[in-house]
Order: sequence, then structure tokens, then C-alpha cells
Amino acid sequence: MATTVHVHAHAAPQGFIRRYIFSLDHKVIGLQYYFLALTAVFVGMFLSLLMRIHLIWPAAKIPLIGTIQPETYLSLLTMHGTIMVFFVLTTAPQGGFGNYFLPIQIGAPDMAFPVLNMLSFWTTFIAFLVLLAAFLVPGGAPLHGWTGYAPLSALSNAGPGQQLGADLWITSIALFCIASLMGALNFITTTLDLRAKGMTLMRMPLTVWSWFVTAILGLLAFGVLLSAGILLLLDRNLGTSFYVPLVVVNGQVMGHRGGSPLLWQHLFWFFGHPEVYIAILPGMGVTSQLLSTFARKPIFGYRAMVYALMAIGLLGFMVWGHHMFMSGMSPYSAFAFSLMTMSIGVPSAIKTFNWLGTLWGAKIRLQSPMLFAIGFVSLFVSGGLSGPFLAQPVLDIPLHDTYFVVGHFHLIMGVAAIFGIFGATYYWFPKMFGRMMNENLARIHFVITLVGTYAIFMPMHYLGMAGQTRRYSQFTEVAYQTKLIPLQRFITYAAFITISAQLIFLFNLFWSMRKGAKAPDNPWEATTLEWTTATPPPHDNFGGQTPIVNHGPYEYSVPGASRDYIMQTDPATATAH
Amino acid sequence: MGLALLCIIWLITFISTYFFAAKTWWLPKGAAAAASGIDRQFDLTYVLMGIVFVLAQCALGYLVWKYSDRGDARKVKYSHGNTKLEVMWTVLTAILFIGLNLIGSPIWAAERFAPPKPDALQVEVTGMQFAWYFRYPGADGKFGATKPELMDPSSGNEAAIGLDTTDPASKDDIVGGTMFLPVNREVDLQLRAVDVIHSFFVPAFRFKQDAVPGLRIHMHFTPTDVGDYEIACAELCGLGHYKMHGIVKVVSQADFDKWIAEREAAKQ
Repeated sequence: MATTVHVHAHAAPQGFIRRYIFSLDHKVIGLQYYFLALTAVFVGMFLSLLMRIHLIWPAAKIPLIGTIQPETYLSLLTMHGTIMVFFVLTTAPQGGFGNYFLPIQIGAPDMAFPVLNMLSFWTTFIAFLVLLAAFLVPGGAPLHGWTGYAPLSALSNAGPGQQLGADLWITSIALFCIASLMGALNFITTTLDLRAKGMTLMRMPLTVWSWFVTAILGLLAFGVLLSAGILLLLDRNLGTSFYVPLVVVNGQVMGHRGGSPLLWQHLFWFFGHPEVYIAILPGMGVTSQLLSTFARKPIFGYRAMVYALMAIGLLGFMVWGHHMFMSGMSPYSAFAFSLMTMSIGVPSAIKTFNWLGTLWGAKIRLQSPMLFAIGFVSLFVSGGLSGPFLAQPVLDIPLHDTYFVVGHFHLIMGVAAIFGIFGATYYWFPKMFGRMMNENLARIHFVITLVGTYAIFMPMHYLGMAGQTRRYSQFTEVAYQTKLIPLQRFITYAAFITISAQLIFLFNLFWSMRKGAKAPDNPWEATTLEWTTATPPPHDNFGGQTPIVNHGPYEYSVPGASRDYIMQTDPATATAH
Repeated sequence: MGLALLCIIWLITFISTYFFAAKTWWLPKGAAAAASGIDRQFDLTYVLMGIVFVLAQCALGYLVWKYSDRGDARKVKYSHGNTKLEVMWTVLTAILFIGLNLIGSPIWAAERFAPPKPDALQVEVTGMQFAWYFRYPGADGKFGATKPELMDPSSGNEAAIGLDTTDPASKDDIVGGTMFLPVNREVDLQLRAVDVIHSFFVPAFRFKQDAVPGLRIHMHFTPTDVGDYEIACAELCGLGHYKMHGIVKVVSQADFDKWIAEREAAKQ
């Protein structure tokens, strides 16, 4: 499969604009994605902070913003979810690190389609601007949540923000879908066609496997969301009735007839559930890479890890109905969706056991990337084990649309994925910028973030069990919920501390770019191809050389070897495979 | 750092588990026939997942501490895995997760597959931004027609759901903003929504079902304890979502009959 392809060789551009703005270099594009996601994550976090303030101090006057109204709360919630899911959790791990390191890790000079790659980034960028514009138009940002359930999302008179703001929201998502389709195509082609000599599929680092499987999920999922979004735009602007039956809003009979609100949910979640794995699979790949590297031990069960990734990807397309147990969908189909969902627990458990197996008998270097990898495993376990509650329709009756769900998905697809991004940042920073990040600041950042996220999201499970419904802008109207306000207040305090701690990370990132200690080419003594090349890598990644791969990706502590790691490009020996 | 990590992970685990085990915050006391079955399945899942949670987190903390690099000459155990172990934990987790699913399925089937009893009390629930309306068919046992163009929430409960007063079957229909139910009698619920999706959630009944425009969804449940229970809307329905709540008053059959009679008399 690995053919030699020369058509992609392009000379390094000289001008600033072609070099850093409209660059065709996957490394520059990777950094563009990364900094877009970094901007987005701070916007998203700021929105969540405003939400937490409003929940506890609804009368508070915030400088420049004023007092937050209930409808504004819902706009914040919608934009927080949309920004985080699309522009952070999809953008940073795949668009950012995938773009930068997938070609290098397989020994390719660039992506298969550099122009497509550039277009993909700039479309994502425009999508982000269009989304933010929703804050500025009359009526403000939409309040229908990141899931945009119709008919609420389809009717411009169903609430403030449902006019132009909602159109911008859908347009932004449609653009994002197009960008992701371009990216997915590129990732798949690159992985299949541009691997260096000797880089067989079963020698690919697990990061590459996870980006590859993620790209396949993206290719199959984003097309569906794109179509669904276009239908929603038609319903809103051209009077079609895909999602809207005969409805009466504020005593006014609307013109729609015969549409199905459940159709939107089916289409949305057919995308939405694989999207969860699009967010988390790259984190799993990075965690595998880091655990093996810093444990100085081969990953436990490499093949099982690859098959588990594929199984999660495949099953991920058969479980969307578990979001709809209470929706009015046939109760019989809940059986099938529940069984498939519970089955995903099996490959997920395999991954967890193999991570623990990798640590067994290892010699762990507790450097900053490793701390976040360990944090990832802990969060993955915690967030994963609330899954089997929600996967059972009978338990979904009390738990659906409560804070239990909010706690569950934030732990697993939110914070665990973010820990994957942090781990990747601390790990690859030396390669990207030629300097080391500050280790002490990283440790402080890690401890506060780990404890803080548990303090925020674990209590949400308790709230959910007690019946605290989600997406409520106040808890004062329902008597049993007023008793839960003290716990909500605790969560707000924890959020303040945890979000503040992210400034440590931000400082460390920018300070280290200029003042960090100079990084050697292979500071972690790792084995994969990016550590064989210069720091930062040259325009064509390997300075005119094409690497030849002789070893699997995780040959650490091989008995008889001269040092405790064998790089993938080291000469073939009998001691390792 | 190894010891610090062990302490952090174990502390997080024990504190989290404590609040689950102490049931400081828990499901409200069940007040419907389905509650015991659902709660039993909840407890079973909770115990099993709790054990896995504590074991996995403790193992993680322990391994990180035990095998951290202390600069000594200890050799790493070079291994690419162990197929026997892989097969073992794959089979075990499959049994655990799929077994749990199979145990829970009959409870779901009993709730949602079986139709209500023929003598169940008919109640129609209508959700709209941001209120619930409850309709009883009256002595004729039939709901009168409703029409979208007649809906006018500003002219009382009957107009709110668009009751067609020219339909003879609607003459004895009772529409109110509070739900009255006789204790220990099955309720045959018809759920509908007029504008956007709402969700009828009564935590004490372990009951939740979306009300969807365009659909009339039949559900049934049996309240078992006299008392007032809160309804909270559980599907984002607009800016007033947080205040879309209501009350179910579960009363004795005698009190219920009295209430119905009073309402019928008031209509004449």
C-alpha cells in the first residue's frame, strides 16, 4: 500500500502570508487549528463561568455584560456546548495535533492534499466567526441548546435568539461539517497512501490509528449532520416541514404540516454519538502513546488496542438511539440500542485494562505529559462507569436530561478529552517550538485541574439522582430543587478555581515559547518518527530524507538493547520486531 | 510525585464513593408502582459499577506509585501483553455489561410494552410554553375534539388547549392546571405538546416521557402513595423552561370522586 509519491513535494514558501497565513504546510495548519481551538476553549470556558455565576447569583451585575437574563443563560449554554464540542474537542485533537503529527509519524512529507488541508482550516475559521456573530445580531444567540431540537430550533417565534441567531448557528455548523469532511478525506488518504517504507499498518503509532479511525467516523457522520442542517435551514426559511408538524406558538397557528420532530433527533444523534468518539478517540491514542513512552514499556496488547478502537468506532454508529429513550421513539428499539450501547463498554474496558497492564512492572517517569495521561485514565474510568446507568432505558427514566447526564459527558468527552489535549501539548511542545515547558507550573496546573474537575462534575451525578433537571436557568421554581442549591454553589466555587488555574497553563505555554529551556531533538527518549527529525521539523519534515521503518512503535526496555528504547528507524535487530 | 498521585486519586475515589454510599443525595422516595423495580435495577448497577470504580481507581493509583522510577537499577518487565488476560477481561466485561442489560430489560418491557388496564383512569396531558394542562374525559369517558385555531391561553384552561365546545363529547371534559389522581389506580396518560417538545417528569413516580408536537403518546403508571408530587419539564422548551412545573395531587378514590363531582357541577 505504501507507495512512493512525489507530487506533493512543494518548495518552502518565503513570504509571510504564504508561510503563516495561507500555508500549505500541515505543521503550520496544525498550529493554526491548535490556536483556533485555544481561543475557542477560553471563550467557551468564559461562557460557562457566566452560566455558573447566573445560577448562583442571578442578580449579579457583571461588568460590560450586566445582569444575565434566563434567555441569555440559555444562549450561553447553547454557545458553550457548540463551541466546546465543535471548535475545541473536534478541532484541537484532530485538526491540531492530527494535522501536525500524523504525516510526520508515518514518515510523509505532508498531507496528501495540502490545498484541501488549507481550505479545511479556513472554512473552520469562518465557521467560528459565523458562530460568534450570533451573539451580535438582534435577538442574540439561539437558546435551543447544542442539540438544536426541532421544533424549537425551527420556529423563529419560539423564543428570543431563534431568529437570525439560529440561522447563523446552523450555517456555522454546516460550514464546520464541510471543513471536517475535507479534513477527514485528507487524513484517510494520507494514512493509506503516504506511509514510509516499512511503516506497515501494524507498526503505526496508536495516535495514528486513533486519528485514522476518527477521520473515518468524521467522514461518515458529518455528511449526515450537514444534510440535517440544510433541511433545518429550509424549514426555517422556505416553509418546508421536515421537522415541524402542525404547531401553535403563542396562540398562532404556524404554516407547517406533517413534519417529524423525531427525524431531527435521529439525524442529529446519528452524527452526535459518533461525534463523542471523534472527540475522545484521539485522546485515547495520545494516552496510549504517553503511557508507553513514560512507562518505558511496550503498550500492553497493541493489536487489542487497534481492534478496540475499530470496535468502538463501528459500535459508535449503532447506538444513537440511547439519546432518545424518552423521546417517543418505539420502546422496542430501545432494546437494541441499549444492548449495543452496553457492548461499547467491552472495548472501552479492554483499553482501560491494557493501560493498567502497561503500567504493571514499568518504570514510570512522572513528567508532565504522563501526569495528564494518568489523569485521562482516571477520568475515563469515572466518566465511563456512569455510562451503563444511562445505557439502560429503565434507569434512563429517572436520569435522562438531569445533571447526571451533564456530569457523565463532561467527565468522559469533555475533561478526559481535554486531558488528552493537555498531555499532547506538554508532550509535543518541545518538537513544535524547540523549547521545553516549565515542569513545576505543569504540575501545579495538573493537580488543580484534576481535583477541580472532579469537584465540579462528580457532584453533578448526585444532583441528577436527586432529580435536578438540566438546562434550568434557576432552581427556585421547583420546590425539591431549591434544596440542591448549596451543592450547585459548591460547583460554582470549584469552577472558579479550576478555570483560574488554566491561566497557569496559558502563561506556561506562551512564556515557554520564548523563555523555555532549549529542547533536544528527542527530550522524552521516545521511539516514533517525529523524534528522529530536527526540532522544529523542516518544511518537508525529514530534510530531504525518507525514513525507513524497521520497528514497531513502542519498543521500550528491550532486553539486550544498548539503551532502553529502540526508535522505529533504528537498524533492524533480532531483539525486537 | 508518585505518592502524591496515589493520595490524590485515592482521596478523590473515596470522597466520591462516600457521598454515593451515604446516599446524601439520592433518588426521591418512590411513590408509584414502577419505582421498586427501577430502584432495584439502579441499586444493582450502582453496586457493580461502584466496585469497578473503586478497584480501577485504586489500581491506577497503586501502579503509578509502585512502579514509578526512583532512579534505581530495577529492570522493566519487557512484555507486549498477555492474550489469556485479554480474553479473560473481555469475556468478564461482556458478561457484566450484557448481563446487566438483560436483567434490566424485563422491567422496561413491563413499563412500556404492556398496554394499560381497560379500567385505567384516562388523563390527557398537554404541554405548551410554559405550562401543563390536564384533561379528564368526564362521565362519557370520551375526550372532546380540540382544534389548533381555537387555542387561546388567555381565555382559561379549556381555551388554552383549544377545546371545541360544539363537540358533544367535550361538554363534560374537565381541564385544569393541576393533576388530580386517585391512589392505587392505574393512569392511562395521553401526552401531547402544541408548540415545541416538553418532557413530563415526576421524579417520585420514576416517570419521564417527552411530549412531542404531532404525536399523541400513550403511557401508563400507578401512583401508590397519597401526597403532592412535583412535575418538572425535562426537555429544553424555551426561556421559561425552568419554571414549567406543576403538581400532581394523589388523593383517595373518595376524595378524587368528590373533586370530579365538584368540577362537573361547576361546569353546569
